[in-house]
Formats: sequence, C-alpha cells, structure tokens
Amino acid sequence: MNPFSSGTRLRDMIRAIRACKTAAEERAVVRKECAAIRAAISENDQDYRHRNLAKLMFIHMLGYPTHFGQMECLKLIASSGFPEKRIGYLGLMLLLDERQEWSGLGLQDLNHSNQYIIGLALCALGNICSAEMARDLAPEVERLLQNRDLNIKKKAALCSIRIVRKVPDLAENFMSLATALVKEKHHGVLIAGVQLCSDLCKASTESLEFLRKNCTEVLIRILRDVSNSPYAPEYDISGVTDPFLHIRVLKLLRLLGQGDADASESMNDILAQVATKTESNKNAGNAILYECVETIMGIEATSGLRVLAINILGRFLSNRDNNIRYVALNMLMKAIAVDSQAVQRHKTTILECVKDSDASIRKRALELVSLLISDANVKPLTKELVDYLEVSDQEFKGDLTEKICSIVERFSSDKLWYIDQMLKVLSEAGNYVKDDVWHALIVAISNAPDLQGYIVRSLYKAFQTSSEQVSLVRVALWCIGEYGEMLVNGAGMLQGEEPMTVTESDAVDVVESALQYHASDITSQAMSLVALLKLSSRYPSTSERVKDLIIQHKGCLELELQQRSIEFSHILQKHQTIKSSLVERMPVLDESVYNEKKGSPSTNSIPAAKASKPVATGASLNLPNGVMKPTTAPIGDLLDLSSDDVPAPKLATNDFLQDLLGIDLPAAQSSGAAASGGSDILLDLLSIGTSFQSDSLPSNNVSNSQLNSSVVSPLDNLSSITSTSASLDIGVSTIGPVGLMDQKSRSPPSTATAPAIDLLDDLSNNMSLPGIESRDFPTITAFESSILRILFSFTKQPGRPQVTQIKATFSNKSFNTCTDFIFQAAVPKFIQLHLDPASSSTIPPSGNGTITQTLSVTNSLHGQKALAMRIRMAYKVNNQDMLDQGQVNNFPSGL
Amino acid sequence: MGIRFVLLVNKQGQTRLAQYYEYLTLEERRALEGEIVRKCLARTEQQCSFVEHRNYKIVYRRYASLFFLVGVDNDENELAILEFIHLLVETMDRHFANVCELDIMFHLEKAHFMLEEMVMNGCIVETSKTIILTPIQLMDKAS
Repeated sequence: MNPFSSGTRLRDMIRAIRACKTAAEERAVVRKECAAIRAAISENDQDYRHRNLAKLMFIHMLGYPTHFGQMECLKLIASSGFPEKRIGYLGLMLLLDERQEWSGLGLQDLNHSNQYIIGLALCALGNICSAEMARDLAPEVERLLQNRDLNIKKKAALCSIRIVRKVPDLAENFMSLATALVKEKHHGVLIAGVQLCSDLCKASTESLEFLRKNCTEVLIRILRDVSNSPYAPEYDISGVTDPFLHIRVLKLLRLLGQGDADASESMNDILAQVATKTESNKNAGNAILYECVETIMGIEATSGLRVLAINILGRFLSNRDNNIRYVALNMLMKAIAVDSQAVQRHKTTILECVKDSDASIRKRALELVSLLISDANVKPLTKELVDYLEVSDQEFKGDLTEKICSIVERFSSDKLWYIDQMLKVLSEAGNYVKDDVWHALIVAISNAPDLQGYIVRSLYKAFQTSSEQVSLVRVALWCIGEYGEMLVNGAGMLQGEEPMTVTESDAVDVVESALQYHASDITSQAMSLVALLKLSSRYPSTSERVKDLIIQHKGCLELELQQRSIEFSHILQKHQTIKSSLVERMPVLDESVYNEKKGSPSTNSIPAAKASKPVATGASLNLPNGVMKPTTAPIGDLLDLSSDDVPAPKLATNDFLQDLLGIDLPAAQSSGAAASGGSDILLDLLSIGTSFQSDSLPSNNVSNSQLNSSVVSPLDNLSSITSTSASLDIGVSTIGPVGLMDQKSRSPPSTATAPAIDLLDDLSNNMSLPGIESRDFPTITAFESSILRILFSFTKQPGRPQVTQIKATFSNKSFNTCTDFIFQAAVPKFIQLHLDPASSSTIPPSGNGTITQTLSVTNSLHGQKALAMRIRMAYKVNNQDMLDQGQVNNFPSGL
Repeated sequence: MGIRFVLLVNKQGQTRLAQYYEYLTLEERRALEGEIVRKCLARTEQQCSFVEHRNYKIVYRRYASLFFLVGVDNDENELAILEFIHLLVETMDRHFANVCELDIMFHLEKAHFMLEEMVMNGCIVETSKTIILTPIQLMDKAS
C-alpha cells in the first residue's frame, strides 16, 4: 500500500478540515486528530507512523504545534524502507530545526548503497544541519562530491554550501572540488557547482583568488555554450536555454570580476554578446538581461559596455510590463553610483514612475528620484513632486511628503525657494509633515528677517484654504504671533508679491478659528493662546477681544489650556507694565546649533562641550537691546544645554529643553515618556515661540510642586521683581532648572528651610538641590534622625531600566559639624551596588550645606522585586563617635 | 541564501504549502504568513509582482485560485524567480495533469518532494522537469 496517497484517514482528515466553516471548528478537528496521533505515538504504533506524520505535516502547515511528532521523524528515518525514510526526511526538514541532533542517522544514510537515500540525507543535511554537524559530516560530503552519480554530486554541492556557510574555515577543502564541478556538462551539477563557487568566494579571499584564477575561463565557456546552444527541450524556457544557469554564472562572474581589471577584461566579450543577443520579448530573456546589466555595473567594464547596459535599462523603463519597470528602477539605483549622467537622461521617465498606480514602483521611483537630485535639477524636480502631492493617494502622501521635505531641506540654501516649497507642502500635506521638519522651518524663518513679512502673509493666505493641516496651522500661529504687525502693515513686501489688506481683527479671526477649531489638539490650541497674548500687544486695538478669548478657556478641562488662560489673563489684566517686554519677539534661533543637534544626537551625552559655550554668548551679543536680556540668558542656555554637563537623556527636564529647540531625539523621547505629559507639551510649545515668560509660570509650578510652600501667585512675585537684577533671574528661572544648574550653583545657597516668600529665590535654592533633577521618581527621605537627614533622588538611563543612579544628599540638622562621615549601604543578593566616594566627609551644621554621594544600583529582578537597602552612617560630632542605622523601604515603585 | 521560503496560498488566504529555508518558530511563521497574505492578495493584476516586505522581497504569481509566493533576498533576480515559479507550476502540472488546489492539498508530500528536488537550502538545484519527477515516479511505481 502506498503510505502517502492512499491512506484514507489522511484524506478524511483533510476533508474534515476543509469542511470546517469556522476557525473554531478547524481547531476542534485538529485537536482531535492530534490527540489520536499522540495516542498512536505513545503506543509506538508502527503501521501508521508514516501516515500520522503526513497528517502532522498538514497540521503543521496550518500553523498548529507539532513538536510531539519530532521523534517520529527520526524513527521513520531509521526504518529501512524507502517510502518511510522519504517521509521521515520530509518531516525532519519541516518539523525540526537545526538544534535537533540526528547526525548519527544522517551519517548512516550518507553511506547507503541506494543513491536516492544518499540524496535524501544530503538534502536534509543541506537544509538544516548545524555547525557541529557540518564539521562532523564534511569529509563524507567531500567524498560524495566525487561520486559518479550526477544527482548525488549536485546535492553534495549544495550541501557543501551549507557547510561552508556554517563553518567558513572549511572553505579551502572545497575549492578544488568546486572547480572540478564546473567542468561537468550536466546542468543540475553545473548550477549547483556555480552556486558553491559563489559561496566560496564570499567565504574567504583566498578562495576568491583561487577561483578567479582557475574558473573564470571555464565560466565564460559555460556561458558561451549555454547562450549559443541549440534548442534543448529539457532546459528550454520560452525559447531561452536554461535562464537559471545563465543567471547563476553571471552572478559568479560579477563576484570574480569585481575590482579585478584582468578578469573583467576577459569577460567583456561574452557579456557584450549576452547583452546584445538575448531575446528581450520574453520574461526569461529579460531576467538574463537584467542579471547581465548588474554584472556589467558590478565589474570593471569598459565604458562602451556600460552604455550598452544603461540603454538596456532605458528600454526596460519604457516597457509596459510593470515587473520590468520595477527591476529597471531597482537597477538604476545601483547604476547611479557608476554613471549618474547616464541615469539622469532617464529622469523624466523615472518621474513618471513616481506617479504610477503601483505602490512598489512608486516607492522605488521615489527613492531613485531623491538620489538623482542635484543642484542643477532640484527646482524642476521638486516642483513636479510637489505638484504630484496634490493628486497622490492618501497612503502615498506620507512617503512622498517625507522625501520632498528631506530634498527641500538638503537644498535649502535658497531661503525663499525653501520656504515657498515648505509652504506648499504644509498646505497640501501638513498632516504628514514630521515635527522636526516644521521645527526646522521655524528656525529658518526666524533667521530670514527679510522674508518674515512675506512668510506671515503667505501663511495667512494658506491658512484660509488649508486650515485642517495641523503643521501648517502651527507654523502659521507661531508666525502670526511673532510677526503679526508685518501681516497688517505689509512690511517687507517682496517684488511681485500680491498686496493684500489684512486688518488686525482679521488676524485675530485666524487665531480664534484655530483655537476654536473642533479638531485642534492641545498643542495647536495652546499655541493659539500664546499667539493671542502676543497679538494683544502687537495690536492694541484688539486687546479687549483677545482678553475675552483667553478668558473663555478659564474653565477648560485641559489643565494646560486652563492654566495658560488664567495666567495670560492675569498678565493682561494686572501686569500691563511688563506685558510688552514679556511678549517681545523671540530672539533669532541659532541655525547652526539646531542643525548640529539634529544631525548628531549623540553629542548630547558629551559632557560640557566647550564649543557650545561661545555660541551661547554669541547669541546674547546678537540681541538688539537691553530689554531682551532676560530672554537671552535662557535661550543661550537652551542652545547650550543638551551638550552641557548635565547627562542629557536621563533627565526628563532635559527632554523639555531639547523640545524647546524642537529637537526630537529618539533617546530623549523614550526617556521622556515617564515625564508628565502636560509639562512636556508645555515646553514643546515654548520651543515654537511662546515668549519665555508665559511659560515660566507653569514650569515654575512644576518645579515647585515639591515645595508646597508658596501659595502666593507666581505672577505677583514676578511683578515684584521688575528690577534689573531680578529680571535676569526671571529669565533664568523660567526655562527650567536644569539648563542653569551651573549658573545657579555658583550663587551661594540660602537656607532651604527659609519660608518661601520670594518665589524666585526659592526656586534658585531648590535648584541647587539635586532632587529637582529626577522628574521620573520622587525624591524620598531615606533617613532622618535628630542630627542627620538623608535624601535620595533617582535617575535612570534610558534603555537600562534595571540600573538606577541614586544621589544621596546628606544634611546636618544639629548645631555641630559632623566629621569623618562614612556612609555604608547593604542590599539583597539580587541587587548590585556600587558606591562612589562622597563629595566630602564633613557636613556643616544647621543645614548650611550638604554633601552628596552617588550610588549605582542594578536590580537584576527589575519589575519583579522592589529595591530595598540597609544603611549605616558613622560620623563624629564633637569628636564623639556616632553610629546610625536604618532600613530604606520607601523606594518609589518601578525602580 | 537566495530563496527564503516558498508559500502557496489560496484566494482565501489559507496556506496550502509552506517550505522555509531558515528556521522560524510557529508564531513567527503564522505572523509572517498573515502579513504577506494581507499585503499580496490585496494587489491588483496590473500591479507588479514584487512586494517589499521587512528586509526582503516577495515575488508572487497567481494561478487561478492559488498564489505562489516566494520570499527572496534583495539581491536576488526577481524575474528569474518568476520563471522559477512558473517552472514549479509546470512540473506539478506534468505530474498531476492539470494541477489544482485539491491535488496539492491531498498530495502535499508529493508537492514537497518536487520542491525539494528543485530547491535546497534556498538555492535552485535542478530545472529539468524530467529529472525532478524521476524519483517521485519511481516511488509511485514501487508502491
């Protein structure tokens, strides 16, 4: 009985599965069958073993677990009959992976007298053998490579490929055997032999040299024979003899000719022959031509040959068959490195392909276009792409927008052009524009004083038609807020610009509509509020209306908007005196620093980059007048910040500050995840042009939340310190504590316990406390006695959740100095602890100063067990030895 | 490696034959097959036969209700793989005489035997239909 096809039960099972209407039914049938097979396996049923395995293969194909059948495969392989062995090997290759051990059986069958059984074993080995097995069985395979039987030879050759891939050291054993294989006539052996040679070339340079010397001639002859050969029915595919062999030989020639002029020289003729003589009206012929072109591009071919190759691609490109066009685009990408001029000639055709209905072709063509772009053609090409953006599919817009933006940014030296293109993209596909792209645009706008009038007017116009495009709206809001007066007075009119009349209330209308637009997100709405605040000063006539609009959001459910609304209305109502300086235009954002940051996010972690310091001072020097000074300091620091001595990624605050510049660093973002969303958005906003003061308020609140001391409105504080010295402090404190750490720490710390009357003073004091640094985890009081107080603050590096840096801050509450202070800590076994030396061994009395010590804790059971620690402090007070001990159990969760 | 997997899927997206030349766990295979089927079956006749997926390409061809999908490395010759698919179909056709989905379902092992004679470890071994089918015919005769 034939065990495979006539086993009625197998058919029955397949029928039953086919008859299933639902996935649940199918699962039930499969479960029943699997149970029956398991039972048969445990009874060691011999008669139906092969049939059970055939069923298991079917079940496996459907995606159900079949691991319990693996031993059955081995049992079948061990049996003597060919049909059993056959299905056993098939099961082996389908169900097992290379981790399974079966080399004993394999070795036995490699020495079998039946050529088919040897073939089976070779095939299985070639498909799934592991490195160890490859090493063990290599001598047998080498022997079989010299077998007289052609079937065994070809399978041994492919088995050798696996061996060489697994154990590259063995490559030299196969070199001469491989050269012998390519001298055979049989196509199967040839194709396998050529592939073996290709793998040997990749495995070691010696074999590459060896084969280059010994095989090049033979391969050229094979190629000539096969391309000249008369009709061979067995290997004929639509009029071409064995395209597969053609292609394999061409691939190998490419490897041999690469970087070797002599070998390339010898191939020139035959490649030219293949390129000219191969039929190009059938897919098989085109497959050969395609490979031939790739080989010509890959080797040191003559220029004539290259022209021939590019022409073939040109022909492909105009082919009606999408497949051919696809491969042509694919190939042109590689050809661009060799001969970009020749590829440029096909520019128009390629551009047509960007508009193809087929997503695969569009994607390839778009890649190619972006490679083709140069100074000379960037303008017309971009125009084409931007025009196409209007009509392209929704799902393609994302890709297309991204490419256009990157092209436009790459060639942004012509400011007006860059800004024009970006405006078009924003109004067409503003929803697809990534944040860093429009952030960069704003930086560019702030650096183009001659164009600002034109830009704000164009944005105003674009807003009228495309108010649903998020990033357009945001850029427009920022610009209207900043350059609102230019919108109304028509300043900086460019030549050829259409004059238009915008009244102050029109401009407020725009901002209002963005604020009220139902689909606006918080960021856009918050930006609207900032723009309104700025406009109230730019357009005095509208200030009452603006006030009303801002007040409307007093009851907003979004904390962020509500807070802004209340604070801004305070400014408008009570602090007219400082309003105008509060909402001054943003200082020019430093382009070079922005680009540098964007280009190399890794510089973030470089401590105290000296180069960035002069930039900061430079920025402040650029400022037009003294009023701006408060702003300067933070901005300078902002630019400076991410390369400052604060290790950037672990601080959530830092994340904000990078956001300020609109730099979205992936690392920073991931670490920022834990940060409170509200303040993140907040500072993000600030980046895009809120005046710093408006943001200072909430950010103060954030940093002050631990204090709980001041219930006085921060604004009152602000207003009480309009003196020049204090105004610097405003600027400083507004932009968040971190950037200013170094500045602040220079000022003598005042007592931490002093009642907070002056908010700013208080802030600065706070800033010298390390607790502020870690936004992710609250600072805890690890220990407190009548003398000592120990605070722990926590920071984590992104990507290493198990590691926590604990900064311990020790202060002395008594009136006597503590000397010889030693802090010790012990942790459970699953935690590793590393203690850095303390900053000092003396703690000044009365809380007049602290010492710090850094602990690095690695929790190997992170997420399962919380941190725990015993601590011990030894010190002397008045020369008297003191010893305190304690256990810290109140670590925040998640450490 | 060249060919990473050969997959036969019917119009409904059910797998009818799967041969992988790199080890994937059951879950990985199911996920992969799901993704590919979603991507390829949605395409129209006019679109090209190549789909980029993860870090490799899928070359596919449709015969009646069956889709033949071959996953290949990026440097593989896509047009040649199309020919390979056709060769596989022709080989099955010669053996089963007008091969259909049911032939492959009920003779899954034979379909595998043919594929095994044609591809080993992701490389094409044999392209002659006669030589591919000889061992299978011998086995049929013996039983």
